[in-house]
Amino acid sequence: MCRTNTDQGGLEFPVRFLGDHVDTDVIIPARYCNLRSGDELGRHCLEDVAPDVAELGRREGVILAAGENFGCGSSREEAPVALRHAGVRALVCAGFARIFFRNAVNTGLVIAVCPELSRLAPRWAELGVEARGRIDLKAGRFHLRPQGQEELVLPLEPLPPFMLKIFEAGGLVASLTGRNGNGGTSGS
Amino acid sequence: MVSGPCRAEVLLSGACGRTVRRGDYVEARVDLVLANELSASRAIDVFEKGFRADRIFTPARVVVVPDHFTPNKDIRTAELTMRVREFVLRHGIGNYFEVGRGGIEHVLLPLEGLVHPLDVVVGGDSHTCTYGALGAFACGVGATDVARVWFDGRCWFRVPPPLRVELRGALGEGVCGKDVILSLIGFIGVDGAVYRSIEFHGGGVGALSIFDRFTIANMCVEAGAKCGVFPVDGEVFGFLEEWTPLGEDRVAGLKERVEEEAGRHPVLVEYELPRGESADVTLDLGRIEPVVAEPFLPSNTVPASALSGVAVDQVVIGCCTNGWLKDLEEAALILDGVREVHPRVRAIVIPGTRRVMLEAARRGILEKFVASGAVVCPPSCGPCLGGHLGVLGPGEVAVATTNRNFVGRMGHKESRVYLASPLTAAAAAVSGKIVDPRSML
Repeated sequence: MCRTNTDQGGLEFPVRFLGDHVDTDVIIPARYCNLRSGDELGRHCLEDVAPDVAELGRREGVILAAGENFGCGSSREEAPVALRHAGVRALVCAGFARIFFRNAVNTGLVIAVCPELSRLAPRWAELGVEARGRIDLKAGRFHLRPQGQEELVLPLEPLPPFMLKIFEAGGLVASLTGRNGNGGTSGS
Repeated sequence: MVSGPCRAEVLLSGACGRTVRRGDYVEARVDLVLANELSASRAIDVFEKGFRADRIFTPARVVVVPDHFTPNKDIRTAELTMRVREFVLRHGIGNYFEVGRGGIEHVLLPLEGLVHPLDVVVGGDSHTCTYGALGAFACGVGATDVARVWFDGRCWFRVPPPLRVELRGALGEGVCGKDVILSLIGFIGVDGAVYRSIEFHGGGVGALSIFDRFTIANMCVEAGAKCGVFPVDGEVFGFLEEWTPLGEDRVAGLKERVEEEAGRHPVLVEYELPRGESADVTLDLGRIEPVVAEPFLPSNTVPASALSGVAVDQVVIGCCTNGWLKDLEEAALILDGVREVHPRVRAIVIPGTRRVMLEAARRGILEKFVASGAVVCPPSCGPCLGGHLGVLGPGEVAVATTNRNFVGRMGHKESRVYLASPLTAAAAAVSGKIVDPRSML
């Protein structure tokens, strides 16, 4: 899983939509939080509410698009780690819960804030809309192609420079030590 | 007019050695860093493999409490806690609390006198915000952040803007701190305070016991807040004197420090809103009634009386939100040793720490629970996060004094958790259904 966080442009992945307040207990239930390996965590990611995400992610990678307050609840860092190892190539949400947000930045999960998903993601999650999409972080755009519809281009909020620095380095450890990767947190 | 600093700004400024303002990204010195066995295990990986560090910056500022899946619930947990214990011994971390000597982290740390007013505390657990009851800046962080504090004693923060909550009046009989925080979250929503510091003001604060304040601060994260901060008043110092091993001299020293800081920043100690500021939310404590939060969000708050009749399979009383002696005393008003737990209900009581358990035993409270047919478990997070000591099966319903009712939180994804106060939970245990506990007092 060694890749930097700025090379997300170009590649297109299936997009899975989720609603508001996706909590860390459903992202990775606590019963798995005594697992150390990222791959094992990834297998159980979202299993109680959207088990297809990990399957899709493993097969070809997936972009998650969700509503408000994604990652609310527990501070478990297993949440962004599980998402990454479930093959979530990028996570685009209308808003994030704060501990999840810092954990995602610290561990190098590719995330972006997209205010326009506020109404769209929960609605499309409910309707089961199928789509493909790609993230262009440099240009700050989320290109979204719902099946049978025209492409939408949604603006992404720029990350504050302080967080961008951590994010671009690939995580907190890398930004402080100059070494790549986040040690055991990226799993084995 | 530029508004004066809120408590979080003042406390983070102290830890940064310069004036910082809401919205700033800062690196701050941390007074205390907490980890439980789960966050510690992950932090050890980051510390050793990521930072490739071999010594902890300030071992005296590190606390490790194995409390989530302990006493070890399975072999995987046993292996994990062995590794944590070995790490703790190797690095000379004195503040390690083994099973039997410790308890649930957020009840334990205040009782051990490890958290002081005006401290900056981070913890690898979201309910670290509990310590805001003592007037500390305290927030949950991830394992990488914990490893980083072990590594160099520092942590990055975005300085939060305040969400000012004004409390008026006083609680009525049968109403607890839990009803206050559930009512507040019901009003502002689970994202009503995202990235904010919930700061409590108003004369109503003075009418709340420190234990009600702990419960309220504990669940500020459930509204998305970074922290919840109460003013430092006599109630706080009373707790430090009566309940902690700090001793008179230490407490007097802390009092002096608070007075000095308050000379520059009265907001730290005063109930009144800062001049020129208005409250974002005002709650009249006298009008709050016993409530429960329905599945699957802590903001689904409704009066307990409105749900009368919802049948219950399990009741959990205790945990980090309501694991204090006061909570057990309240529950024992209903689970009094005479009334029986309803035949269809399992009632599980989890005192917060050894100290709480010992006091409850001395005062005959545990005896009442057992005589009523409740089971008293060792201090542990256990069922709150679906770990052990009371995991729910498909379709089962629990009334719990815990803090989250998300899908699958206490077990099976089709189980349902209603959050409530110790009184409401005890009333459900006896009647087998949700009721307004005031009918049983």
